[in-house]
Amino acid sequence: MSTPAAPTLPPLPRPRRWVVQQESVLVAAILALTLCVSLVNPDFLNTSNLLDIAVNTAYIAVAAAGMTMVIVSGNIDISVGSMLGVCATIAGELARNDVPVPLAFAAAVIAGGIMGAVNGALVAYARIPAIVVTLGMLSILRGGLILVTQGRWIESLPQAFFFSQRSTLGIPNPVWVMVIVALLVWFFMRYHRLGRAIYAVGGNAEAARLAGINPRQVHFFVFVVNGLLVGLAAVLYASKFTAIQSNAGQGFELAVISGTVVGGVSILGGTGTVLGAVLGSLLISQIGTAAVFLKVSPFWLQAVQGGLILLTVLVDVLRRRRMT
Amino acid sequence: MSEPVIELRGISKRFPGVQALDNVSFDVREGEVHALLGENGAGKSTLIKILTGAYQADGGQIFLRGKPVTIPDTRHGLKLGIAAIYQELSLYPDLSVAENIFMGHHPSLRGGLVNWRQMEQRARAILHELDADDLDVSRPVRGLSVGNQQRVEIAKALSHDARILIMDEPTAALTKHDVDQLFAIVRRLRERGVAVVYITHRLEEVFLLADRVTVLRDGRVVGETLDVSKTSQAELIRMMVGRTLDTLFPKTPAQPGEVVLEVRNLCYGRTTRKVNFILRQGEIVGLAGLVGAGRSELAQVIFGVTPAESGEIRVNGRPVSIRSPREAMALGIAYVPEDRKNQGLLLRMNVRENTALAVLRQLLRYGFIDYAAEDRLAKEYVEQLQIRTPSLLQQVVNLSGGNQQKVVLAKWLATKPKVLILDEPTRGIDVGAKAEIHRLMNALAQQGMAILMISSELPEILGMSDRVLVMRQGTIVAELDRAQATQEAVVAAAMGADELHMTLVASTSLNP
Repeated sequence: MSTPAAPTLPPLPRPRRWVVQQESVLVAAILALTLCVSLVNPDFLNTSNLLDIAVNTAYIAVAAAGMTMVIVSGNIDISVGSMLGVCATIAGELARNDVPVPLAFAAAVIAGGIMGAVNGALVAYARIPAIVVTLGMLSILRGGLILVTQGRWIESLPQAFFFSQRSTLGIPNPVWVMVIVALLVWFFMRYHRLGRAIYAVGGNAEAARLAGINPRQVHFFVFVVNGLLVGLAAVLYASKFTAIQSNAGQGFELAVISGTVVGGVSILGGTGTVLGAVLGSLLISQIGTAAVFLKVSPFWLQAVQGGLILLTVLVDVLRRRRMT
Repeated sequence: MSEPVIELRGISKRFPGVQALDNVSFDVREGEVHALLGENGAGKSTLIKILTGAYQADGGQIFLRGKPVTIPDTRHGLKLGIAAIYQELSLYPDLSVAENIFMGHHPSLRGGLVNWRQMEQRARAILHELDADDLDVSRPVRGLSVGNQQRVEIAKALSHDARILIMDEPTAALTKHDVDQLFAIVRRLRERGVAVVYITHRLEEVFLLADRVTVLRDGRVVGETLDVSKTSQAELIRMMVGRTLDTLFPKTPAQPGEVVLEVRNLCYGRTTRKVNFILRQGEIVGLAGLVGAGRSELAQVIFGVTPAESGEIRVNGRPVSIRSPREAMALGIAYVPEDRKNQGLLLRMNVRENTALAVLRQLLRYGFIDYAAEDRLAKEYVEQLQIRTPSLLQQVVNLSGGNQQKVVLAKWLATKPKVLILDEPTRGIDVGAKAEIHRLMNALAQQGMAILMISSELPEILGMSDRVLVMRQGTIVAELDRAQATQEAVVAAAMGADELHMTLVASTSLNP
C-alpha cells in the first residue's frame, strides 16, 4: 500500500507481541511438568500412565467443552456435578433394568439436555443470574438424587455397559470421545453463526443485540448444549467404574470450571477456546497424577489448583485493565 | 449588597484533550439565586464539581467568606456548608426518608448506635422547614414521587447545614405542580440567607427565580455576570451560542428524492411523545436538542430497541412494525449508537469480526461462516473508510477512537442501509477522523442514503444538515431548513424560548 502524504495521522497502534496465546502456554506447561516429573520418576513417561491421565481427563474435558460455551456467553453453570450424578444414575438404572445400553446412554444425554434447558430457560427468560439458578439446581438435583436412590450404589451392570473400559484401535474410548467432542465444539464455535454469537453476547450483549442477535436465544442455547455434554460426560464417567454411587459427581463442577478457566476462558465472558479448556483440564489432571508420582500430599493438590485459577484470572483481569 | 459567601477566582481545569474551564470567576451571595447557563459541554458540571470538592482546580483560588480555602473532597465541602443536588438523585430506595437525610452523619448513641428517635425528630423538623410535613420520615424512599424524592435530597443538604446549595437542573424530571413547590422551597431558602446556584436549561426559570445569571461557553464566562432584571432571553441565547463557525464542513447540498422514512405520532414512555417527521433519500437531517431531550431514545424506538407503544412508522410509504433491531435491519435501517464502547463494539474481538457482525447471515457457505468472504468484506470497508489498523485481526480495543468509530460505521454500512441513523457520530474523536466521517456522510447521501444525524455540537448540526429538527421534552418542536437554521434559532427552540423571543433572536442575529 502506498503511503499518502498525511503526516498528521496518528501513529498506528502496534500489535501487542507479548500477548501469548493461552494454548501455547498450556502446552508448554504440560510438557515442562511431564519432563520434570519424569526426571524424578521415569515411570511417569510410561504410555499406559499417559493414557491413564487422558482417560481420567476425558469426562472432565467433555463437560469443560460445554462449560466453555457457557462461560464465553457470560454465564456460569455450577450444577454440572449434580447433573452428572443424575445422568449417571439414569444410565445405570436403565441398563440394570435390561434397557439396551445404547438407549440407556442416549437417555442420560437427553436428561442432561432437559436439565440444561431448565437452567437456560430460567437464565434467559426469567432473567435470574446464572449463578443463582445453577446453585438452586445443584441442591435440588443432589437432594432429589439421594432421595430417589436412598444412597444405594448401582451395581451388577451388564458387561456392555462398560464403554469407558474398552479401547478402539488401541486408544481408550473416552479419549476418542474427548477428541471428537473438542473438535466438534471448536468447529462450531469458530465456523457457526451461533458460535460467533456466543462470543458476541459474552463480549458485549448490548452491541450484539443492536446487531440483530437475540441474546436470550444464545443464553438458552448454551445451557442446553452444556446439559447434553454433561450427559455425555456422565456416560463416560458411569461406564468407567463397576458401581455408580449416589454422590457421583460431587466436586465435579470445580474440576470442570477450573479446567475451563485455567484454559484461558475468561470468567468475564467473551473470550476463550475449547482447545484451551481441554488443555487446562489435562494440565489439572496431570498435576494430580504428578502429585501421586512425587508422593506429594493430595491436599497440596487443591491448593495448587486454586492457585492456578487465581493466577489465570489475575492475568486476564490485568490484561483487560491495560486495554481500557 | 451583601458580600459573596463563596467566590471562585480565575479557576482553570484541564482534562486530557479538553480545557474544561479556563480562567473562570464566579461568586454567590447570601440570599440570592444565581443561575448558571450554558450549552452541553460548556463547563457547568466541572464548575460545580470544583465547588463541591469533587474535582480539584488546576489553577485559581476559592474564597469562602473572603478567606482562601481548599476543598479536597466532597466530605470536606459538606463540612464547609456546600451541598449539591444533582439531576440524578442519589438516594437509597430501600432506606427510610430519615435514614436517607442523615446518611453518613446520623445522630448516634454511645458506641456508635443510631439514635433513631432523635434522627426522626430532626428529619421531621427539617422537612417542616421545607413545608413538607406530609412526608412520613419512617417510610422507605422507594415509591415516593420524584418531587418528594427531591425534597428528601434538599432536606439531606440542609441536614448538613448547607449555606451554599447547588441545584443541577432540578426541574428536568418534575411535573408542573412539583416545579411550583420546588420554586417555593428555593425562595424560602433564599429568604433564610442560603446562597443557591441554580443550573437550568429552561430560560423562563431564570427569569422566574434567579437574581443574577452567569453564562458559560467553551469553559469561559461570557461577558460578565448579569442582573436578571437587566437582561432578556434573547441576550442570554446570544451569549450562549455566540461562537464563530470556524470548523469547515465540506457540505454538498442534497438532491432530496423520495420519502424513505416517515414517522407519525410515535410514542414511547415519557421520552418519546408524538413524534412526527419524514426523511428523504439523499438528505442529511440533523436532530438537535439538549441532552435528555429524547433524541437517542427516539432513535432507539425507530430501531426497535424499545419498540414504539403507539404511532406509525412507514418505510418507502408502507406502514411497518419494528419490534426488534433485527426487524429494523431487515427494513434497511441502521443505527450507529452514541456509546461506541458499550453499544457499538466488541472490544476484544477483531476488526474483521466486528465489521461482519451484523451481516454474518450473508457470509454463510453451506451453513458455516465463510472466512474468506468475511475477510473480503472487512477489507473492502477498511479501504473504503480508511480504517487505520495494522491488520484485520487487530482487536478493536487497540485502535484509536476515530478508527473504532469507523469500525462501527463499517459494521452498519455493511448492512447496506437505506436509512442511516447516526448518534453523535464524531463525539470524542480527533479532528482528522471527524472530517473524514463528515466527508463520508456526504458521499453516502450523494449515493441516495437518507441520514438522520443526532449531534450535540451545534456547528456540526448546522454545517452538515440539509434540514434541522429540534427536539425538546420528547417531541420535535421545530423544523428548520438549511437557510433558517442559525445557532440562535436552534438553541431557542431547544430551550423552549417563546415565540416572541425567537423572532427577536432571528432579527438580531442578522446584525451581530
